[in-house]
Amino acid sequence: MDKLSVICYIIPSMIMFCCGVYGFITRKNMIAILISLELMLNAVDINFVVFNRFLFPGQLEGMMFTLFAIAIAAAETALAIAIIVNVFRAVKNVDIRDLNKMKL
Amino acid sequence: MESVGSIVMYGIIVAAIIIFSILTVTTRRILRAATYLLFVLFATAGLYFKLDYEFLGAVQIAVYAGGIVVLFVFSILLTSKPGDSSARLTSKRRVFGAIAAVASLVVLGYALMSRPEIWTVVSAPFTMEMTMNNLGEILLGTEKYQYLLPFEAVSVLLLACIIGGVVVARKR
Repeated sequence: MDKLSVICYIIPSMIMFCCGVYGFITRKNMIAILISLELMLNAVDINFVVFNRFLFPGQLEGMMFTLFAIAIAAAETALAIAIIVNVFRAVKNVDIRDLNKMKL
Repeated sequence: MESVGSIVMYGIIVAAIIIFSILTVTTRRILRAATYLLFVLFATAGLYFKLDYEFLGAVQIAVYAGGIVVLFVFSILLTSKPGDSSARLTSKRRVFGAIAAVASLVVLGYALMSRPEIWTVVSAPFTMEMTMNNLGEILLGTEKYQYLLPFEAVSVLLLACIIGGVVVARKR
């Protein structure tokens, strides 16, 4: 291999995505779950950029998609953190096992 | 043949991405998880710079590393005492998470294996110039392959997000 090809960039993002899946399931703190979610979103962004750069170098669709995905991820994170802070005020905890107040 | 410096840079970035993403989901201190996430996001920005998307790398650093991680750190400090770490994982939960991660790895690996013709595509030079002028026209134009409408939709989304955040988080 004398030049870096697509697969050299896809494999790290694949590993990053799987780390996100693992963290999303094993974590109990809501903020830690959100951090794992950011990892997964970031892996997807890398894929968009890499496919744009290597397969369609004459266009910028992947880059623009990533740009808007970053903006939407920022909005989503801000709102989720507002909800988490509110939950913390109500329950004094951000552990998902203790959040059963809305259960019947 | 790629230059040695480029290969070394690639190795550093990829090693940082893999090591710090694993540490992000396995460390028991939540504040450390946020710090490792910051390193992962920086390495991703480095990847964007390496692929010649300077603007995207700058946006990644400004929005993710500058905005989101700071938000994470503040909310962590608001919701937990510094120094306390999460409880040790039960082995059942860890096995379940590992199964899910390996399953997604298998699915993604299968999808990758089914298209061997794209593996060896190497980067071609850009056929369009990536000047700031050109990017601005693409972002704010109304023709085909130009993105004014999503841009405005995102601005409305951000406004809704600001109002929603204030309404949700304010004291009653």
